[in-house]
Amino acid sequence: MKPRIAVHKFSSCDGCQLAFLNAGEDLLELARQVEIVHFAEAGPMDPEAPVDIAFVEGSISTHEEALRIRRVRQASRYLVTLGACATAGGLQALRNFQADGVGGWTRAIYAQPAFIESLDTATAIARHVPVDLELWGCPVNGAQVFTAIRRLLFGALPFVDNEKVCQECKRRGVVCVLVTRGIPCLGPVTRTGCGALCPAFGRDCYGCFGPAENPNSPALARRLEGLGLVPEAVARRFHFINSQAPGFLETGLDYTGGPP
Amino acid sequence: MTPDDPGRRHIDIRVPVLARVEGEGSLEIRARDGVLEQLQLRIFEPPRYFEKFLEGRGWEEVPDIVARICGICPVAYQMSAVQALEQAFGVVPDDWVNRARRLIYCGEWIQSHALHIHLLALPDFLGFDNAIALAGTHPEVVRRGMDLQRLGNDLIRLFGGRSVHPVGVRVGGFHRAPDPEAAADLQRRLEQALPRAEALVAFLADLDLPRDDQDFISVALRHEREYPMYAGRIVSDHGLDIPVEAYADHFTEEHRPHSTALYSRLHGRPYLVGPLARLNLNHDRLPPRAAAALAASGLHLPSRNMFHSLPARGIELLQALEDAHGLLADYAPARQPHAGVEPRAGEGFGATEAPRGLLWHHYILDDEGQVRLARIVPPTAQNQARMEEDLYRSLEAFGLHHDDDALRLRGEMVVRNYDPCISCATHFLKVRVHRDGEEPR
Repeated sequence: MKPRIAVHKFSSCDGCQLAFLNAGEDLLELARQVEIVHFAEAGPMDPEAPVDIAFVEGSISTHEEALRIRRVRQASRYLVTLGACATAGGLQALRNFQADGVGGWTRAIYAQPAFIESLDTATAIARHVPVDLELWGCPVNGAQVFTAIRRLLFGALPFVDNEKVCQECKRRGVVCVLVTRGIPCLGPVTRTGCGALCPAFGRDCYGCFGPAENPNSPALARRLEGLGLVPEAVARRFHFINSQAPGFLETGLDYTGGPP
Repeated sequence: MTPDDPGRRHIDIRVPVLARVEGEGSLEIRARDGVLEQLQLRIFEPPRYFEKFLEGRGWEEVPDIVARICGICPVAYQMSAVQALEQAFGVVPDDWVNRARRLIYCGEWIQSHALHIHLLALPDFLGFDNAIALAGTHPEVVRRGMDLQRLGNDLIRLFGGRSVHPVGVRVGGFHRAPDPEAAADLQRRLEQALPRAEALVAFLADLDLPRDDQDFISVALRHEREYPMYAGRIVSDHGLDIPVEAYADHFTEEHRPHSTALYSRLHGRPYLVGPLARLNLNHDRLPPRAAAALAASGLHLPSRNMFHSLPARGIELLQALEDAHGLLADYAPARQPHAGVEPRAGEGFGATEAPRGLLWHHYILDDEGQVRLARIVPPTAQNQARMEEDLYRSLEAFGLHHDDDALRLRGEMVVRNYDPCISCATHFLKVRVHRDGEEPR
């Protein structure tokens, strides 16, 4: 019997699912090697069916999602998070800093707030159920996803690179934007995996792959202050796409005056 | 329900999760005594509050934030946003930037249209559940679609570094100008792809599409020379012709209980945005090869048949390829790929044509360039009232005597004609509802 995989969506932009849908021939090859039992955007619909690997995109931001992720976990041998939302809450987790919750935001936006169901926080999948493998990135890329499938089906966890964007930059021979141009780059604390894309474009890394192993965020934050960033701007650097990730969360809070 | 009178049976169809649309939506159809009683297209994508957490963020961050509203059309969000911020700051990008922006936008149209045609829509018309099954019997069709999709993604990558949430776009222009060698290589691939896109249009025109003419208002941008994408005035086929700034004077939004998306109306009426609306209003702006392919397709414009959205998407894909091919022909990197930007307090508006239709942004910024107010009206919210109206009429015209599976499939096909991007449709702003004289339907 072919191994079975599923792709589930929670609160997200759908961009990480494109790691599959943009894969072209690789997607067809994948469909030859495994059975794709659930992947609503691609067509197959069977969300409760047991699978070998469940890929989960998106964070948990409603009560319904908090219940649904448990059923996904129960039906899957491996659960793999796909990208920043599922792994650390994503950009929408910026709501978590609202001390009064999202009620005020909902009332400001919707004429009929009573019909809007939303939790006060958007949280990572691992806050709700055990996760076997976390794939970082906003978005993840096809190589991360297809390598993970291959390795997991051999019963091995894939190697996940925890080193910093800086190392990747040096290997690519990209001139350091922070040192040479004083651009507030997060490369020194951010996990690689993108290929040092932003510095190669002459701009700042904005941390979309989350914190690297042992990030020295406080030291980088002081350096950013030295470049002239006001404390709120330093906080915004860390409280962005992966604001809830350990290593970014605390440093951001240090520059906003404590926890929410 | 009696077997000899199937049209009068009670129907209760629920499609709890719509497949092959982006994001999460559901459809409920209820009929009694042969009459549609209730029909709800529910969008239950959870609120993500983009417009609220944009408040207080710096202007440099905006293109990277709004990209995350939609993984399939991040470039569209970036393009509408940078235009609005540049207007607020009084920045006027040069011709190089405008051409490069149209190029990256062409990449997104090619990618998004190829994805929608082949992976989302085509299986319906050829009798399959999904594109993987379709590839079993029509491998060359699916492969051609995926090749075009890849080419679109590579064009985005040329200017943006990656195709989902590209990193190259900034207020004022681009962070980096692509190398001429990479541009020339892509130019060659675009050249080779043109005949394949023409073959795609011919293939789509030959499909036996349902005929279901309806009355609707088409709304799109209109540009003095170009097929609308990156710039233009907002026009309709009912005489509207307004600058982007005046959008909110004519279009209103309403919040309905069964959806987290807001419903837009033009002077109180539903309207259509997207490929068919654009083509209805702008077919005279197609470049030569796309115009020739349209003429050969037998498609008569303006069309009132929403199923023509599929060939319209094919023609637009060819248009984007042809445009990109022309724009890259004399490409040279700019020494400075962006204008200088000095933030100041102000207000700006931006509207561009996302693959799914008009995407309107409005920002108010303070003197440091921090966002004070953000309002974003995505295409799917604009199409939502039209989609529901279409579902009513289509299903009644199709005939309620059909069995539940056939009705469900027809309902899904009608929804997919709009290529709804439901993640984007979830969007958040102050709404004026139940204005005098405007009753919720």
